[in-house]
Amino acid sequence: MSQVIVVTSGKGGVGKTTSAAAVATGLAMKGKKVCVIDFDVGLRNLDLIMGVERRVVFDFINVINDGIRLHQALIKDKRVEGLYILPTSQTRDKDALSREGVERVIEELRQEFDYVICDSPAGIEKGAYMALYFADEAIVVTNPEVSSVRDSDRILGILNSKSRRAERGEPPMKQHLLLTRYDLDRVAKGEMLKLEDVLEILAIPVLGVIPQDDMVLQCSNLGLPVVLEPKSTAGQAYMDAVRRLLGETVELRFTTPPKKSFVNWLLRRTA
Amino acid sequence: MQTVLSLRLIAPGDPEFFALLRDKIAHNPDFFRDAPVVLDLAPVADATPIDLEAFTSELRRLRLVPVGVQNAGPAWQAAARSAGLAQLGPGGQPGTANPTTRPEPLRQRPTAPPRGAGLVIAEPVRGGQQVSCPDGDLTVLAPVGHGAELVAAGHIHVYGPLRGRAFAGANGDERAMIFCDQLEAELVSIAGIYLVSEDLDPRLRGKRVRVWCDGERLSIGPVP
Repeated sequence: MSQVIVVTSGKGGVGKTTSAAAVATGLAMKGKKVCVIDFDVGLRNLDLIMGVERRVVFDFINVINDGIRLHQALIKDKRVEGLYILPTSQTRDKDALSREGVERVIEELRQEFDYVICDSPAGIEKGAYMALYFADEAIVVTNPEVSSVRDSDRILGILNSKSRRAERGEPPMKQHLLLTRYDLDRVAKGEMLKLEDVLEILAIPVLGVIPQDDMVLQCSNLGLPVVLEPKSTAGQAYMDAVRRLLGETVELRFTTPPKKSFVNWLLRRTA
Repeated sequence: MQTVLSLRLIAPGDPEFFALLRDKIAHNPDFFRDAPVVLDLAPVADATPIDLEAFTSELRRLRLVPVGVQNAGPAWQAAARSAGLAQLGPGGQPGTANPTTRPEPLRQRPTAPPRGAGLVIAEPVRGGQQVSCPDGDLTVLAPVGHGAELVAAGHIHVYGPLRGRAFAGANGDERAMIFCDQLEAELVSIAGIYLVSEDLDPRLRGKRVRVWCDGERLSIGPVP
């Protein structure tokens, strides 16, 4: 049974593309066949984060509008088996996404893949709407700050009323919270919202809490999905989220400051 | 008493019909979700019946529940029967479909306009969503987010935090009130008189309160 998952947020710059790339790669590492689609027509980034920008020939828009076959546009990842990227066009805009065209591509991908991950653009305009319309599940990426939480709340309302499932009266879309850039020091100082505060407002289950980690930026500059960097705490947290997505029970990590062990204390004393 | 929406068919064959209807629903999806609908055929009584089966299945796709027809002529009655729709009398009075035996209209109007059964919403109302109940009380059993709007002709009850805006007594009924478990509202209004967040007594913030209209101004007090 193929699942279509939209990664969305409303607000820009919260880590949608990084999360879509990490979750897609993580699912493939767990043996699933995964395709990740970039819906941000005109501002394509996913291929950069996935490190395949130099292999793009045809794209999602060509498949929708120009009679190019899906297999000519899909890019196979060289690092993880079963992972494919469908990049988007840099020269067109969101109007190139027709609902019929998107539906045809997603239905075709459903035949072949276990998971289809839709990387949504920011905003609540056509691109975002197309990315979420056909989804079965949603990962709502939120930063621990008020404006991001408000926008996520707005997106949750749209998921519940404007998706195909809602229009057809089918069971509602499964919604998951992915809290990213969680900076424990700033949370402790009260500069950022606590996980509990975010949950109180959004009231949806947590898929994962991704700690602030400088390695995320390094990885994205290198075109490396952060889950492929085992030293990264963010990468480990994304892998936990992937396991939860697959139905495993995994305890939340990186949500409380690390305990100062006796050895650490001793080291600091002697240093 | 259950309120039933009536959908007056003027040009059901218009290719724009469902697109326009969908737009209408999109303005207030929660109000229309799974709402029972009666098709009022008065304007098209003399026209050739359309395929009501196909028509009702389109309505169901929009999450409306077509239950019957009213003001149907003989040809429409047959079409309605084959589509499994009940024949209702004009004006929602159960009775015969024959317009010549229309029951006597009520001579006396009740002094206060009757209130409908109201609307109960069980899911969170998110920012940007508007829920309105034009003829009764609105009850929400979940949080109401920042930027969400509740509008009701009668009372508004929120069993959870109220963080958005609430307009009770929207048709001018000053007896309407707002009740909520956790007052964090951006704005509360009764019969057009309003208070914004800044005007609310900080001691009542986050508390279980009742808002009522006290002549020309709103009062807020804790609910025991």
